[in-house]
Amino acid sequence: MALIRRNERVGEDIFLLELEGKFQGRPGQFFMIKVNDHYPLLPRPISIHEITEDSIKFLFKASGEGTNILSRKCQGDTIHLRGPYGNGFPPVKGKIALVGGGIGAAPLYETGKRLLQQPEITTVDLFLGFTNKRVLGDKWEKVSSSFFYDIGGAVTNLVPVSNYDVIFTCGPDIMMKKMTAKGKENGVSVYVSIESRMACGIGACLACTCHTKNGNKKVCKEGPVFLGEEIYGG
Amino acid sequence: MADNLKVKFNHMEFKNPIVAASGTFGFGEEYNQIYEVETLGGICSKGLTLNPKEGNSGIRLWETPMGILNSIGMENPGVKMFIKNEFPKMKKWNTRLIVNVGGATEEDYLTIVEELNDIDLDMIELNISCPNVKEGCMAFGIDEKSASNIVKQIKKVCHHPLVVKLTPNAENIVKVATSCEAAGADGISLINTVKAMAIDIEKRKTVFDNVYAGLSGPAIKPIALRMVHEVSKSVTIPVIGMGGIMNWKDALEFIMAGAHLVQIGTANFVNPEAGKDIVLGIQRYMEKEGIKSLDEIRGII
Repeated sequence: MALIRRNERVGEDIFLLELEGKFQGRPGQFFMIKVNDHYPLLPRPISIHEITEDSIKFLFKASGEGTNILSRKCQGDTIHLRGPYGNGFPPVKGKIALVGGGIGAAPLYETGKRLLQQPEITTVDLFLGFTNKRVLGDKWEKVSSSFFYDIGGAVTNLVPVSNYDVIFTCGPDIMMKKMTAKGKENGVSVYVSIESRMACGIGACLACTCHTKNGNKKVCKEGPVFLGEEIYGG
Repeated sequence: MADNLKVKFNHMEFKNPIVAASGTFGFGEEYNQIYEVETLGGICSKGLTLNPKEGNSGIRLWETPMGILNSIGMENPGVKMFIKNEFPKMKKWNTRLIVNVGGATEEDYLTIVEELNDIDLDMIELNISCPNVKEGCMAFGIDEKSASNIVKQIKKVCHHPLVVKLTPNAENIVKVATSCEAAGADGISLINTVKAMAIDIEKRKTVFDNVYAGLSGPAIKPIALRMVHEVSKSVTIPVIGMGGIMNWKDALEFIMAGAHLVQIGTANFVNPEAGKDIVLGIQRYMEKEGIKSLDEIRGII
């Protein structure tokens, strides 16, 4: 049970939810958030946007019934959540690009923040694509060496792929697929963070199974971060 | 744990009547990181088939008002891998182990049951009720003749107590239950999920690749309770009740309707500690009401 410090609209259908408390978690991991006591029954898997000393933040899109209910929760309300779950982004070295599309930008904030603190990381460039309007303004500059964004186009076109050692990406399927293909052309490893409907969130129910090059994998436990090639082939 | 929670299922004692339902609890390992799963009276394994099964393609989960539709399609490692990798881990827990078995053909069922004869499990739950696979399974549980036939064949080779899990989609669930008893079943469990569907109006397609899926959760509880009541009154073998049990009050309803044991399924997703909470809830209720054994309230309705 956590207390909502704030829950505000930061884009057309994008909300920033902040919960009070000391939370653990790595970039790319997620929490199962129960949006209401009774209905809907299932919690919603939402990735970590930022962890501060005394709070955790989630950037989410009100896209279905559950997330719409969550968007109407107010400061002072309490909410059930459990986690962190999933593997998160792997340890890396060198020059890193973070590429996000739409609400896929959400996990890249804490990711950039943590990577910048590591001496073995020389560059963390952030590329975000938005449909209509940039979400959270210049805030992204704080967690990147350089920040680039695109409105309404294909953000993958902005990325000078061969400049990087590793690329982390999160966003629409088509974008992550394209990024994976470009990585392969340039010999650059691409890690994708994928989304799935989940019931248990801990690897028991097999609702989130995805078919990969190496057989069935559980998105909640063996993911949500995978090597792009494992998901999109190549 | 209090002695008054103990339940006899034929000659087998369960420390309490709460069992994790097949397909919602994996093989117990994940939930054991959340609470000690041996708190439960028993654990029912994910449904096993003879060979490993990949499960269904496309969307596997869809939420509906107070219910969930699933179309997992019996994804499992197959009986051999289960015996090798999963069962030894389950065996460490001090709780009853029930193994759920599914199949496409009679031969499949017989082979799996024979494979399981040599391991030290407590009970087999014969799944003739899964609506999510194209061949077999639920087809065996729709009418009393096919149900009775498969139970008869399996009883000839099975060394373990055999509980038959019934489908609410049966033509007449009471007739299926009584025919299973006549064929030698040691118990009946019910209900499996209700065959259901959802349509995506924008895509003008069914949500599930497999078209139909299985509905579970509180939405089906009143139906499940009625069926458990009817079946309990019609058979002399013990009954395991399930279908939308979310808390200790729901569990007691099923016991008053006649169930010896109850299984907790969808509730595990809503609250991963549901099983443990329900055990505690029943214990407190019994203390408060001065009930010394669940026999005092079982089937009183």
